[in-house]
Amino acid sequence: MRGNGTAEAIANFTPAQYWICLSGIVRRESLRFIHQRERFFSALVRPLVWLFIFAAGFRQVLGVSIIPPYDTYVLYDVYITPGLIAMIQLFNGMQSSLTMVYDRETGGMRTLLVSPFPRWWLLTSKLLAGTIVSILQVYCYLVIAWFWDIQPPIVGYFTLAPALVICGMMLGALGMLISSIVKQLENFSGVMNFVIFPMFFASSALYPLWRVKESSPLLYYICQLNPFTHATELIRFALYEQVSWISLSVVTCCAAVFLSGAVIAYDPARGLLARRRG
Amino acid sequence: MFCAVAASTPALDIANVSYSYGARLALDDVSLCVSPSSFTVLLGLNGAGKSTLFSLTTRLYSIPSGRIRIFGHDVAREPRAALSRLGVVFQSRALDADISIQQNLVYHAALHGISRSRAIVLTEQVLRQTGLADRAHEKVGSLSGGQMRRVEIARALLHRPKLLLLDEPTAGLDVKARADILDHVRRLLIEQGVGALWATHLIDEVAPDDDVVVLHKGRVLAQGSVTDVLIATQESAIHAAFARLIDNAEEAEAAS
Repeated sequence: MRGNGTAEAIANFTPAQYWICLSGIVRRESLRFIHQRERFFSALVRPLVWLFIFAAGFRQVLGVSIIPPYDTYVLYDVYITPGLIAMIQLFNGMQSSLTMVYDRETGGMRTLLVSPFPRWWLLTSKLLAGTIVSILQVYCYLVIAWFWDIQPPIVGYFTLAPALVICGMMLGALGMLISSIVKQLENFSGVMNFVIFPMFFASSALYPLWRVKESSPLLYYICQLNPFTHATELIRFALYEQVSWISLSVVTCCAAVFLSGAVIAYDPARGLLARRRG
Repeated sequence: MFCAVAASTPALDIANVSYSYGARLALDDVSLCVSPSSFTVLLGLNGAGKSTLFSLTTRLYSIPSGRIRIFGHDVAREPRAALSRLGVVFQSRALDADISIQQNLVYHAALHGISRSRAIVLTEQVLRQTGLADRAHEKVGSLSGGQMRRVEIARALLHRPKLLLLDEPTAGLDVKARADILDHVRRLLIEQGVGALWATHLIDEVAPDDDVVVLHKGRVLAQGSVTDVLIATQESAIHAAFARLIDNAEEAEAAS
């Protein structure tokens, strides 16, 4: 019997088969996430701690003036919500990429890599699957935040989705790129200290950049160059049904560059990793 | 037995492959041949280079020198054609414990471009052969070690490969489960006409009709049918032949 997909049929894959491969990877990743309750809860607890405790404490200290995309004064917890959404994606991206690098020679990744599909397709699909998991986390967070009076326009929930896809891909690819290249960053605490914290704090996630500029012009420029700032702003504008074109361009370009770099650096066959084993 | 004189296209043809991790040479000019539908045991102690050979054959590492062909398709140049004919059972556990057996197998099918509906049909077939048909919806975590191995073997055969690579598939199993797995695989392969390269350090897994390749410190010391190897070493049992080959290699190394 010559069924679809058996050895005889595969000379070249059809676009439909590429789609089957992609959706299979996404499905598996989502199933795993749903079944791992601890992971699900810990992913939710982190941004909620920031929202319930950090933002509540600072809302009296920090007022945020009217800046786009907001057309009114906003409370501090409303201001930092896009930053926390980006943080969810940052953690998720780093964590899942680290797992991919760390586990590349154990069963799960080898099963993936021995697939006859091209490696770039497998890795992109895997990153997209991780991104979709992070999007599930983000919407869970937004549901809870809604009861905390963070209520963006309903349409904003939909316009947010494409922004989350691009940001998630960028952060996941970045995680894969740096943990493939920098051996010291193969564990999570290294990534936490040298990647997550600097990216998160030197960005517009916690404070508007005009305030940063008042205190330190240098830091302001660093924040401007930080792709995480643009991820946050892309999310912030999308949540209010707007597009920040600069941020969209920066995030898209960074995603493309990081992804290409990650596919090259990760590929064990190209020697980067194989050499390190020695 | 060399591929050059084989009548049909060999299932696996490894020619002059060397590989090193930094300064350490893991494989030294390895050539070996697996005939279609044969059961070939890759026999070697730990550190012989078996896993490295598998990593190269499955395209995990690129092949720096020499070439590897699966049914005539070069792994480096035609990975798609080569890998689609290959099923692999890795040494490390490669199933997701959190999701069901069926979900695991459907995922594997997707990695080979097989649609979900067809994958469910194929899954039923392979699980029936494995005797686990009624447990398709249970989580993998509920299975015993031997059952997990069976599911991994079922999974490796799901996309109907013509060659199966198994890297120490009985590692970590008790004596009975080991014998069961070995019988199970031999039976399946005969039924389906699939060839196998079975890597192990356990000599008692070799049957009299098998082909063997003896790998030691990255070099092939002997290959051919069990009878060929016995004649070449002038021994009467395969474990004695294996010990003789290793001793000779060690002596030669010490002398050089």
